Amino acid sequence: MKRIISILLENESGALSRVVGLFAQRGYNIDTLTVAPTDDDTLSRLTLTTEGDDQMAEQIVKQLHKLIDTIKVVDLTVGSHIERELMLVKIKASDPEIRAELKSCVEIFRGHVVDVTASTYTVQLTGDSDKLDAFIDAVREIGIMEVVRSGVSGISRGDKFLRV
Amino acid sequence: MEHLSGGEIVIRALKDAGVKHVWGYPGGAALHIYDALYRQEDVEHLLVRHEQAAVHAADGFSRSTGEVGTALVTSGPGATNAITGIATAYMDSIPLVVISGQVPKIKIGQDAFQETDMVGVSRPIVKHSFLVTRAEDIAETIAKAYYIASTGRPGPVVVDIPKDVTDPNHKVPYEWPSSVKMRSYQPTNKGHRGQVKRAVKTLLAAKKPVIYSGGGVIIDNASEQLIKLAQRLNYPVTNTLMGLGAYPATDRQFIGMLGMHGTFEANTAMHEADVIFAVGARFDDRVTNDLDKFCPNATIIHIDVDPTSISKNINAHIPVVGTCTSVLNEMLSIADELDTKPDAKAIKDWWAKIDQWRADKGIYTANRYEPSSGDVIKPQDVIKALYKETKGDAFITSDVGQHQMFAAQYYMFDKPRRWINSGGLGTMGFGLPAAMGVQLAYPEAQVACVTGEGSIQMCIQELSTCSQYNLPIKIINLNNSALGMVRQWQDMNYSSRYSQSLYEDSLPDFVALAEAYGHVGIKVTRYEDLEEKMRECFALKDRVVFMDICVDKSEHVYPMQIPGGSMGDLYLNKAEKS
Repeated sequence: MKRIISILLENESGALSRVVGLFAQRGYNIDTLTVAPTDDDTLSRLTLTTEGDDQMAEQIVKQLHKLIDTIKVVDLTVGSHIERELMLVKIKASDPEIRAELKSCVEIFRGHVVDVTASTYTVQLTGDSDKLDAFIDAVREIGIMEVVRSGVSGISRGDKFLRV
Repeated sequence: MEHLSGGEIVIRALKDAGVKHVWGYPGGAALHIYDALYRQEDVEHLLVRHEQAAVHAADGFSRSTGEVGTALVTSGPGATNAITGIATAYMDSIPLVVISGQVPKIKIGQDAFQETDMVGVSRPIVKHSFLVTRAEDIAETIAKAYYIASTGRPGPVVVDIPKDVTDPNHKVPYEWPSSVKMRSYQPTNKGHRGQVKRAVKTLLAAKKPVIYSGGGVIIDNASEQLIKLAQRLNYPVTNTLMGLGAYPATDRQFIGMLGMHGTFEANTAMHEADVIFAVGARFDDRVTNDLDKFCPNATIIHIDVDPTSISKNINAHIPVVGTCTSVLNEMLSIADELDTKPDAKAIKDWWAKIDQWRADKGIYTANRYEPSSGDVIKPQDVIKALYKETKGDAFITSDVGQHQMFAAQYYMFDKPRRWINSGGLGTMGFGLPAAMGVQLAYPEAQVACVTGEGSIQMCIQELSTCSQYNLPIKIINLNNSALGMVRQWQDMNYSSRYSQSLYEDSLPDFVALAEAYGHVGIKVTRYEDLEEKMRECFALKDRVVFMDICVDKSEHVYPMQIPGGSMGDLYLNKAEKS
C-alpha cells in the first residue's frame, strides 16, 4: 500500500541525508520525496511516499522518529488527507489539430498551458498522483518530450496539523 | 567572560562535561586540539597505537563504569580507523563521544590531504553526528553530544571539527551550557502506566514464564530491580550474551544464556513458555533462530527504551516503551498494589520441568565435553580455571569467536558490567583495547582479556600502550592455531574444508612477543600445569601477563542452535541433537 509520510525536520545541514540514508540502510524504498523550509525557517517540511504494509510503515515511522533531527513524523495515509503533486509536461504539438486536441485535454484535467512554441506546448498540472498518471496516459500517443514531477506534498484534513 | 581558542574550548568543554580520560591519536587536523591538551592537566590523554583501539578502549571504559567514553582522532585515516570502534559501540548501544579533526572548512570538498567526509562515512553507525563550523558552537555541541550519547538508547556521537575552527589565534567567549534542551530529542523514560499494569497482570497469570533480559538492563543499571522482581515471582531468568551478569549466574533461578550457544534449559524453556518477559533485549537473530518457529505459545511482553526495537523482529503483545529501571520499579510497585500472586502450583511444575532439562542436558550439571588430559587442554577448562583463580570476580573482556562463547558459558558472572564483549558487531580485536579501558577505570581490579590467537593479532599493537600506562591486563589466549569458530562452521557445514582458517606454521611465538613488549609471557601446553600457571599469572599483579594456552583445536562450541529451527532445536555435541 502507498504511504505518504510527513516529517518536520530541523533545517540543518546533513538532516536530509540522514532521512535518505535511513531508507537505504534499512532497505525501504522512496518513491517520491519533497523538501522545503516552512514559514518557520528553522524547520523543513518533508513529504515522502513509499510502499509498505502496516508493520513496515510503523517501523519506518519509528525509525524516522528516532533520528535526532526529526521533530514530528506522521503517516498521513492513516487518516483523511489531501495529496497534491505538481507536474510540468512538454509535448510535441506542431499540427493544428493536435494543438486543439491537446488544449481540450488540458482543460479537462484543469491544467494550464504555461509555455508555447511553434512545435511544443508546455503544460502545468496539479492534483493527486493518479490524476497526473491519467493525464500522461491521455497524451502519451501525442508525443511527450519531457516530464517533470515535484513528488507528493500532503497535509491532513480537518483540525489536525503538524507544528512544533 | 573568558576568551578561549576553539582548540582550548574542546578540552575545556570535555573537562566541564566531566571527562577525565581521552583515548586518542594525534594528527595534522587535530594538532590545535592536541596543543591545548598539552597546556592543561584536567583531562588525561592516553595514546594508543591505532585509532580503532582508542574507540574500543573508550568503549571498555564506558561498559565497565556506565560513564560516557571519549576518543579523539585526526581527520582522514584517523577518522576511518575509528569507524570499526564506532560501529561496535553503536551495535551494543554504548555511549561514546568521538571527536575527529577535519581539514579546514575552506578545503572541505577539495579532496584535501587526509580529508574524509567523517559525518557521511559514520552516518549509519552513529546515534548522531555534528560538523562544527564555528568556534562559538563547540561548547554547546559537545554538551549536546554527551547528552545524546548517554540518554534514551545510548550510542556513539561523532563531533567533527575542521582545523580552522580550532585556530589558536581566534579567541571567542567560552560558556559551558548549564543544561541541554533539544526540541527534536526527548526520549521516553517512563512507561505507559496502563501498559505496565497489563504487563504485570499477564506476568502474574503466567504458568510457564521466562524472564529474558538483555544488555539494556546493564546499560540502565536495572540489575537490582530485575533481581527483585524475578526473586519475588520465583520465575526463571535467562540472559542474552549482552545481558550476562544482570542476573547472578550462580543463582538457582538463572537458567543460563539463551540463543545460538545458549543452554538447553534456557532455549527449551523459551520455546515452551507461555509468557516471555523481554526486558532490555531486542530479539536478535542470534537469539531467536527461525522467526517463524519462535516461541509459538508465548505472549510477549517487551520493555525497551527504543520504540524501534519493539515489534521489529518479533511482534510484542504488550509493548512498553521506557527505561528498564523506571518500568521495573513501576512493575514492582503495581505488583505490591495488586493482590494477585503467581500460580504456585504451575510455577512449581514449570521448575520441575526446567530442573529435569538441566539434569538431563545442561552444561552446568555435568561435563558435556571430553575431559582434558595431558597435552589436550579443553578450552572450557581454561575458562573454569580462570573463574576459579579470579574467584568469579574479575572483569572479563573478550574478543570474538569460540573463546568468547566458552567465556560466556563457563565464567559465571554474578555482577553486571563484568562481562565486556562485542555482542552485536562481533568485532575481533575488541578485547585487548577494551581491557585497557576497564583497567584504567579500575586500577586495582583483576582484568582479563579472553582471546584467541586470531583475534589478539587484530589489535596486538596495544601491548605497547599497556606498557606506557601501566595497565597490568592478563591476556588469556586460547590458542588452537586456527580460526576456531570459522573452523567449527567448516566442520559442520563444509565437510571440514578449512578454507583460509589455518595458519599454524606462521603464528608468532607469543611468549617472546609479550617479552619484546616488556611483558611476561607464559606458555601452557599440559593440562596438569593449567591451574598453577594461572595462579602464577594472577600473582604478577603489576605486570601484563600473556598466557598462551594451547587448547584442543577440534573442540566445538555446544549447544548450538540448528539453523532454520526453533529456539529449542539444538546440537548438544558432535553426535547428538536435542
